[in-house]
Amino acid sequence: MNYFPEEVLEPVFDFLSSNRDRNAVSLVCKSWFRVDRWSRQRVFIGNCYAVRPERLIARFPRVRALILKGKPHFADFNLVPHDWGGFFYPWIEAMAKSYSGLEELRLKRMVVSDESLELLSRSFPNFKSLVLVSCEGFSTDGLAAIAANCRLLRELDLQENEVEDHRGQWLSCFPDSCTSLISLNFACLKGEVNLVALERLVARCPNLRSLRLNRTVPLDMLQKILLRAPQLEDLGTGSYVKDPNSEPYIKLVNTVLNCKSVRSLSGFLEVSPHCLPAIYPMCLNLTSLNLSYASGIRDTDLIKLIHHCWKLQRLWILDFIGDEGLEVVASTCKELQELRVFPSDLYGVGNAAVTEEGLVAISKGCLKLHSLLYFCQQMTNAALITVAKNCPNFTLFRLCILDPTRADHLTLQPLDEGFGAIVQSCKGLRRLSLSGLLTDQVFHYIGMYAEQLEMLSIAFAGEGDKGMLYVLNGCKNLRKLEIRDCPFGDAALLMDVGKYETMRSLWMSACEVTLGGCKVLAKKMPMLNVEIINEKDQMEENLDDSLKVEKMYLYRTLDGPRRDAPDFVWNL
Amino acid sequence: MEGAVAYESDLNLKATELRLGLPGSNESEKQTLLSVKSNKRASPEMAEECRSKSNSSISDAGNDGREAAPAAKAQVVGWPPIRSYRKNSFQTRKKDEETTGIYVKVSMDGAPYLRKIDIKVYKGYPELLKALEEMFKFTIGKYSEREGYNGSEYEPTYEDKDGDWMLVGDVPWDMFMSSCKRMRIMKGSEARGLGCTV
Repeated sequence: MNYFPEEVLEPVFDFLSSNRDRNAVSLVCKSWFRVDRWSRQRVFIGNCYAVRPERLIARFPRVRALILKGKPHFADFNLVPHDWGGFFYPWIEAMAKSYSGLEELRLKRMVVSDESLELLSRSFPNFKSLVLVSCEGFSTDGLAAIAANCRLLRELDLQENEVEDHRGQWLSCFPDSCTSLISLNFACLKGEVNLVALERLVARCPNLRSLRLNRTVPLDMLQKILLRAPQLEDLGTGSYVKDPNSEPYIKLVNTVLNCKSVRSLSGFLEVSPHCLPAIYPMCLNLTSLNLSYASGIRDTDLIKLIHHCWKLQRLWILDFIGDEGLEVVASTCKELQELRVFPSDLYGVGNAAVTEEGLVAISKGCLKLHSLLYFCQQMTNAALITVAKNCPNFTLFRLCILDPTRADHLTLQPLDEGFGAIVQSCKGLRRLSLSGLLTDQVFHYIGMYAEQLEMLSIAFAGEGDKGMLYVLNGCKNLRKLEIRDCPFGDAALLMDVGKYETMRSLWMSACEVTLGGCKVLAKKMPMLNVEIINEKDQMEENLDDSLKVEKMYLYRTLDGPRRDAPDFVWNL
Repeated sequence: MEGAVAYESDLNLKATELRLGLPGSNESEKQTLLSVKSNKRASPEMAEECRSKSNSSISDAGNDGREAAPAAKAQVVGWPPIRSYRKNSFQTRKKDEETTGIYVKVSMDGAPYLRKIDIKVYKGYPELLKALEEMFKFTIGKYSEREGYNGSEYEPTYEDKDGDWMLVGDVPWDMFMSSCKRMRIMKGSEARGLGCTV
């Protein structure tokens, strides 16, 4: 073994950007472990309960950037009770004492209180970037603290959070000395912001590249902002409503012509379709377009817009684009890599907006497609087989048929063969979501072919334990498995308990798993937290072991049962 | 259509199918499927209205029974898998769509100044025309597809998205609302000319 002084090793390790690589080098010898430990700046924790904050700080004392995820994915769909956990405060409390150099924080699905935001804002003099995704528990007061106290703030990015809006002056809390903003996204806020303060803020931040407004910012203000910030690359409009004959609109048309750098566009929560022509010049260079909240852009307006966007790589839209609209996308957007089609009609009644035909058209036209989220009314095996043949590069394939157990609507067969074709053809598939009528056969295919699969979401599928076993045995790289309403029971759960230590987490709800089975699992695997969520009032100790468990969430952890679990969560 | 066949076979698969909704909700599921077939042309707003009115009860929206409540499907918690943030913003937006107006200028031949009206306020052509009549103190004739407006020297026209001047009343109301940029009430021989064009 060569002995390099540690000062030499450290800059060498700097070149290792992947944490997997850094984990590997830290295992080589004690010296390398030490160097990596002291120089590791970026840490990713996919499950905030896998380690206690103190352990993180002890292991990596000089972290500058942390990514933390809290609630399980199914919390997005109201399957996890409100107070389940995922609290950020213990983390910020611990880090405030030890990480003076913290600069970046990215939180997903966590409960973030105003108190924790205030503590954050006061504790880290170099703090630069805060990204909150699908979080809750805070109000605009917490944002005011961030704005006021983080002198070097570059990025404040709020994505789809539930924020209590006190309609205060949080935006005005950015001091006049704040000129460092690069990215500001407050699209998810519901309340009004001080428009004068907004315009001044934009004017004094020359490096502002990304700005996403909320629905209360009117079109006149958009025009003024674009005038001040023609360098913007990512724009989210606020309210895009105006009489197209009005002066503000005409001004906007001219101002847009000067905004040559916009590559990403979103917003349009409120929209006058007559005003869309103003942004056509932007469309020519767009690589990313998110119209998934723009329910006012439909039919010919939508098609016309798409026609301009021939450099698009990412497109998020609502399903009233229809199959014909998707054909336009297929013929126009040859560079498309990621497509998400969201349902506009949430209960599956009424307009059959997109079907398998739209998806097939996309697969024929968009050969670079590798990421898909597709909500549709119906699907066929033939279509999926065609898609698999045309697009073998899928890394992410999430299909959601609005009626979750709907069969192939032409042959009335289960959709096993279709999904089987996808996993067989797409050798790089990392994430898969299934829906439709499915038997154990689809899991047989997944276990056999989906070698790179890391995350699998299953709902209303399968016939028995065999299905789950195929997956657990076959998918060597599986990290997250989430299952709801499937007939998988204790036999499947307990067949290979060691598997769960190789995974981040397993979620099972409304399955056939019993309390007794979970207890057995918990006993065999002390490195797992096996949590039972039981919302009914059955708190007695001597519950029957044969009782079916409503919701079970298990995950590997270094620090045993968590101490902040609410009453309805039992850790076995 | 193949849809009907699928529907019938769905009944056969019910025995092995995992239950989705409340017991006894089969009926509304049938109704739901039926309403899918017949409701293809229903505007999204109508469907949304139906949804917001019939939250958790299995009943129709009190309209013409076409909009059978989707309640059975609505009761599957967490399905379709959409982030609650997105779901909630749909509700808010529906309200907003109801409140944002579509204001268009209306000019009348011979009048000294223009007016502005919010066409979103009206449910259809009859209401709109009546409002115009009251606003400008004149009478519009009777509309027919073949001859335009008969019985008066005034014809309501509008400029559409392509810049063309069209006779009010030819296209479905929704289409008119989304394509009307401004209106002009034409008078006299010019108006006649429009009415006679085939």
